[in-house]
Amino acid sequence: MANPCEVEVLNNALSGIGVDEKSLVSILTKSQNEHKKSMRKGCSKFFLEDERQFERWNDSAIKSLKAEFKLFKDVVVLSLMHPWERDARLFKKALKKGPPHYNVIVEIACTRSSDQLLGARKAYHSLFDRSIEEDLASHVKGSERKLLVALVSAYRYEGPKVKEDAAKSEAKALLNAIKNNNGDHKKKAMEEDEVIWILTTRSKPHLKVVYEQYKKISAKTITEELEVELLLKETVECLCTPQTYFTRVFDTALREDAKEDAKKALTRLVATQEDVDLKGIAAKFEDKIKERVKGAYKDVLLGVLADDRQ
Amino acid sequence: MATVSAPKQVSVKEDAEALRKACQGWGTDEKAIIAVLGRRNAAQRRQIRHVYEEIYQEDLIKRLESELSGHFEKAVYRWILDPPDRDAVLANVELKKSGNKHHVIVEISCTKNPEELLAIRRAYHARYKRSLEEEVAYHTKGDTRRLLVALVSAFRYYGEEINTTLAKSEAKKLHEAIKDKKFDNEDVIRILSTRSIAQLQATFNCYREQEGTSITKNLPKNSSDEYIAMLRMAVRCLKDPKKYFEKVLRRSIEGIGTDEDALTRVIVTRAEKDLKEIKELYHKRNNVPLDKAVDKETSGDYKDMLLTLLGNEV
Repeated sequence: MANPCEVEVLNNALSGIGVDEKSLVSILTKSQNEHKKSMRKGCSKFFLEDERQFERWNDSAIKSLKAEFKLFKDVVVLSLMHPWERDARLFKKALKKGPPHYNVIVEIACTRSSDQLLGARKAYHSLFDRSIEEDLASHVKGSERKLLVALVSAYRYEGPKVKEDAAKSEAKALLNAIKNNNGDHKKKAMEEDEVIWILTTRSKPHLKVVYEQYKKISAKTITEELEVELLLKETVECLCTPQTYFTRVFDTALREDAKEDAKKALTRLVATQEDVDLKGIAAKFEDKIKERVKGAYKDVLLGVLADDRQ
Repeated sequence: MATVSAPKQVSVKEDAEALRKACQGWGTDEKAIIAVLGRRNAAQRRQIRHVYEEIYQEDLIKRLESELSGHFEKAVYRWILDPPDRDAVLANVELKKSGNKHHVIVEISCTKNPEELLAIRRAYHARYKRSLEEEVAYHTKGDTRRLLVALVSAFRYYGEEINTTLAKSEAKKLHEAIKDKKFDNEDVIRILSTRSIAQLQATFNCYREQEGTSITKNLPKNSSDEYIAMLRMAVRCLKDPKKYFEKVLRRSIEGIGTDEDALTRVIVTRAEKDLKEIKELYHKRNNVPLDKAVDKETSGDYKDMLLTLLGNEV
């Protein structure tokens, strides 16, 4: 007979984020049929009583377990990949999965350095015999097309030099574009030429100044103003205040009700840790990770995000 | 093929000394400058500049700028720069001019291969502390801006693979846009600025098969609409760059007066690439060799420089 302790261990091993491989191994290697039967009866979260008298796996539980087991595999594969190939494949996948996943395209295009983004474009050529711009331009049908193609084509200047006057007037132009579109719903702000050229060609230091200037002339920050246009909001966030974006990804992924995509986002960030600046943010979430994440996946997270690895 | 006759082995030290000698004392020995620089390829010119600076502690380019003047100086300055740097300078000069037709931006983005265009964008960062795209976006507006920024940001796939079905359907899309005079159609800009050159060539061929005429003939010539003019130029550059350059040369020479800027630009930027074929096209089209036309229409050191780049002994 399985004792209540073991049932609890099993429950825990399969709950949360990732799976506790070690505990599972020790449970399974000791279990005989009768033992397993009583464990099944004890884990009502995962097993249901079938009308034909056997304890049956809960279908949706199997599905979510599959996803949890996959987390470790994904983080390994993604982390070992050359960053260029990784980003190219992430682009392709996001494009294939459709509009709800376009935020991944925004995330990559905006958080990589100019040369890293370029490398991803080159790798895309090798992997898919097409340019990422071609594929985006021909497969994205909605109002996001212009923005996405332009973001992915950027080769921004990376020096510190910023022209204050230009930044001021561009903040104003953005304000106008956004205000006009909050009222008139025929065209979204992300389709406005002014918005696109400013956000997709200006350097990041310049955009940070634009962001500051915007705060001065408007009651809200740009990101607050853009609550309705999620993709555009994330674009601005990733370009001007990436730390806010990363914090949100961590926070969402580590919640009780975290969905698959949220955890994938976490995996993505962890795998690209060297490319994006996660210092400090990871430390804030260390306790939550220890509490909610299990097994090999947890070890990877903690190991990769540890301060002394920098 | 290149027209510049650069010997395989050169002594860059001797070249640097010869240039120094040409610049010293009263006046300048322009012929000596032409004789050296006009017969060196990009790698050699770079080495000469480097050695010159090492020996004489000054920038050769700055020295030449102060010694020379006029069209000759402009030609030498453009010639001596590294090709990506040169194109960055040409782009910047054009953007700063007002009321411009932006030929250079279209030329640069549509006649270079992806790596070359990339090198130009890098050179632009280094020189102007801005990206080429933001500069283009800042100085243009509306449809022209959308087209030019897209062209300049492209990093096209550069394999030879083509998809014939796609070429056929995109040729159709282009034709519909042209027929309805909807030149600012999203598809038009998308196709022209993202497809690979090989794919575009296939598309243009399909266009011709489907419509009986080439796409360039169906785009309005000499349109006063800046966007349509740019569009037509882009198509011509993408379709047949050598033919395009032949025409620029012809236009720069014919009629009253000469457009030295255009003449210099084409000769300097193509001398190490395909100026030979462009010359042949020119001869075929105008019944007179380009060298002869240049000889007739230009003079002095400027003429000698151009003729040297065209492969002549002056």
